[in-house]
Formats: sequence, C-alpha cells, structure tokens
Amino acid sequence: MDKLAKIVIPGDLISEKPLKIGEGVFIEDGKVYANVYGILDQKDRVRVIPLAGKYIPRRDDTVIGVVTEIDFSSWHVDILSPYEARLHIGEYPGRIDQSEMSCYIRVGDLIVATVLDVGWTMKVDLTIRENQFKILRGGKLVEISHTRVPRLIGRGGSMISMIKRESACSIFVGQNGRVWIQGKPENVRLAERAVEMVVREAHTSGLTNRVVEFLNANK
Amino acid sequence: MADGVYTFFKDGLRLDGRRKDELRPLKIEAGVLKRADGSCYLEHGGNKVMAAVYGPREVHPRHLHNVTQAIVRYKYNMASFSVDERKRPGPDRRSIEISKVSREAMESVVLKERFPRTAIDVFVEVLQSDAGTRAAGINAASVAMADAGIPMKGLVTSCAFGKIDGEVVLDLCKEEDNYGEADVPVAMIPRTGDITMIQMDGHLTFDEFKEGMKLAIRGCDQIYELQREALIEKHQNDLKAKE
Repeated sequence: MDKLAKIVIPGDLISEKPLKIGEGVFIEDGKVYANVYGILDQKDRVRVIPLAGKYIPRRDDTVIGVVTEIDFSSWHVDILSPYEARLHIGEYPGRIDQSEMSCYIRVGDLIVATVLDVGWTMKVDLTIRENQFKILRGGKLVEISHTRVPRLIGRGGSMISMIKRESACSIFVGQNGRVWIQGKPENVRLAERAVEMVVREAHTSGLTNRVVEFLNANK
Repeated sequence: MADGVYTFFKDGLRLDGRRKDELRPLKIEAGVLKRADGSCYLEHGGNKVMAAVYGPREVHPRHLHNVTQAIVRYKYNMASFSVDERKRPGPDRRSIEISKVSREAMESVVLKERFPRTAIDVFVEVLQSDAGTRAAGINAASVAMADAGIPMKGLVTSCAFGKIDGEVVLDLCKEEDNYGEADVPVAMIPRTGDITMIQMDGHLTFDEFKEGMKLAIRGCDQIYELQREALIEKHQNDLKAKE
C-alpha cells in the first residue's frame, strides 16, 4: 500500500462502469460507489478497506472468545462483536456430559474457536473441532480493531510470524481483533508495542521493515 | 419588518454581512471523542454541536430489536447553557420532534439490513445554539456515522433556507430566524439529490419555495464538500500522529 492511498467516503463515485467488486462498495445504475469510509483498493477487484467498524462474524473465521455463560446445552461466548456466539456441547472434541460442561470450559475462559455457521438472524455457532482446541491461559490479551487484523497477519502471515520470531513470544490473532501474547514479560511488552505500531501505521508502506527495525532496536 | 425601522438588509447584505445565498462559516472535525465508535464536532456560525455514534451494538432494552435489520436511534439534546436563558434540561416536545425527523433523515442512507438485531445509536448534543441546530446536528451526525465505519449509501447533508423582508435567503442566523417570515430546514443526500427531511415554519408562495430549494441544494453541496474534507483530514492527521 502506498503512502498516498486514496481515501473515500460513503457515496463517493469510484467508477462510471461496473467492475468486479469486493467489500465496501455497491453498484447503482451501473456505477460503482463506496459505502464505507476507508481506503480504496483497486488491485484485482475494487474494494474499500474500512478504517473502523464492528466485527461481524463470518463462517470459517478463527476468533478468540471469552465464555460468559453456560446453559444446558451450550457455552455463550463473547467475540467482541454485536452478536454473541454459542458453542454447542456437541462441538466439544469428545463426548461430555451436560452436567459437567463447566469442568471443561469455565466462565471467563479464553478460547480459540472457528465460526461454524452464521444464521439468517445472525445466530453465531462456533466449533473447536477443526483447529487444535485450546484454552488460552496466562499471557496477555490485547484488543485491536478487527479492520487491522489482515495487516497484522500480513501477506501469508509474514508480519505476524516475523513479530513472533523477533520477540520470542507465542502470539494468537483472532479475526475479531483479539490478540493473545504469551512469553517472558519483557518480550510480551515488546510484542505488544509492535502490535500497537502495526495498528497505528496499518496503511503505510514499508511497515514490515520498520517493525523489524523497531523490534531490533528495543530488544 | 416593512415599517422601515428594522431591516434585515443593509446595502444588499444581511445583518452579519452575508449575501443572500451565502452560508455562515463552518468548521467540521471528525473523530474527536475517544470512547465513542465515531464522533464529530461541528461549528456552523454560532452553533456548536457534538455528535457521537455507537454501534452497531446489542439492543437494550431487548424488546426493541428487529430481526431483519438494525434499528437507528437518534437523540438530539440541547445543553442547558446552549441558549441565552437557561434551558430546562431533558427531552421536551421540540427535541423529541427533532430527534424523530433527524433519525428519519439519516436512516434512509444506512445499510440497516447488514446488521440485524442491533442498534446504531446517534447522540447529538447542542452546546451552543444559533438557529439551524437540527441541520448542524444532522451534518455532524452523518460525519460521525461515517467515522464509525457504518456502511451508508452516501452522506446526509442539511441546511436551511428562509424568508426575511420578503426575500428568500440561505441559512438563517438567530435574528433572522426569530423575526423572519419563514424557516425551512432541508436535509438531502447530495449524491443522489434525494430529500430526506423538509420542514417549514412560516409562509411561502410556491415560487419562493422553489427558489429556496435551489438555494438549499446549493448550500448542501458546499457543506458536503466540507464533510468530505473533515473525514479525509482526520485520516491524514492519524497518519501524521505516528511520525
């Protein structure tokens, strides 16, 4: 992304002709308009990368959630979104008894889960079968805007794997904007500052190199 | 004011030295509040308004929710110190009405179907009032909504026209509003030209109304440019803050 990235606001005309479109744009009378405030990206398909907004879960997203409640058949999970998610007892790897649900995942636990399905009325179901199931214990939880997550992960995971390597921490990034960092206290602080840096400077060029420099300078 | 003692015009200019088709000076700043999802501070002549947007978020109380789309709530409130004589705090007939019409003016651009079962809350606080606060509130609210990352089909822009001394003019100031013959606030979507709010206080002939609408549409186009600039400037300031 170059430094002079074009900012668009809702209703801005992007193209007089219909194009292949992605997110953040709409077509009206054959013309393409932006519908969110963000950065215009015209690489392969026209889209607008939002600068703000709430996380809306989508199928197959990996998220970090906090268990808020347990009812007779599922765990209620807060996923930093206007919508609460549920993890049904049947999605737990292995058979467990209803009465023993709170022995496996307790209220307040941090879990890594995958969005199994988002229903018509935004009923969000989670699963933990596919990825290696994990309750995150210890470590530090940082909440960032979900709009910065793709930048934090980088192309093919380049940014996040670099931060992990340079700061010697284990880091987990959820699509919903929760970042979990674990390691030695001073390393965690370093990684956290690197994450903050990526969030702040998400839309500038040469960011990966600057983050490397920053991490090396502060090691 | 035809008795010749008081007049709204002097040498063809208005009380504050404006031409008939001229807006009062505007200042718009986006993203001024840290805790809100989106915010905007706006000064329009003597008006000072602050708008904050929260959401989409869970609806409380629960029974208000809609299963197919988001609900938009808009609260217009005047601070007790916003007028000469202390205003009794709290909602009254006037502010409830303004909240309703402003909400309807904004609602039509929001892509509500994207966020079923949620609420988008807009709070507009008038810190200082000087005629045309509902228009200023709508202008601030639409910048704040964009700043909150809420998908919209376009921004909503609003300004008023009116009639003083038998002449149709753009953007009334306080004296013109209080002693003039008509005041017509208009809200529109500049991109499409759709009118999303129009109210009229006073009397106008049809021709005067048509003339005034032309003025108001031109006024909205000018304000729209400033709204755009405010949002673009916000991003540039964010970039600068890093270096």
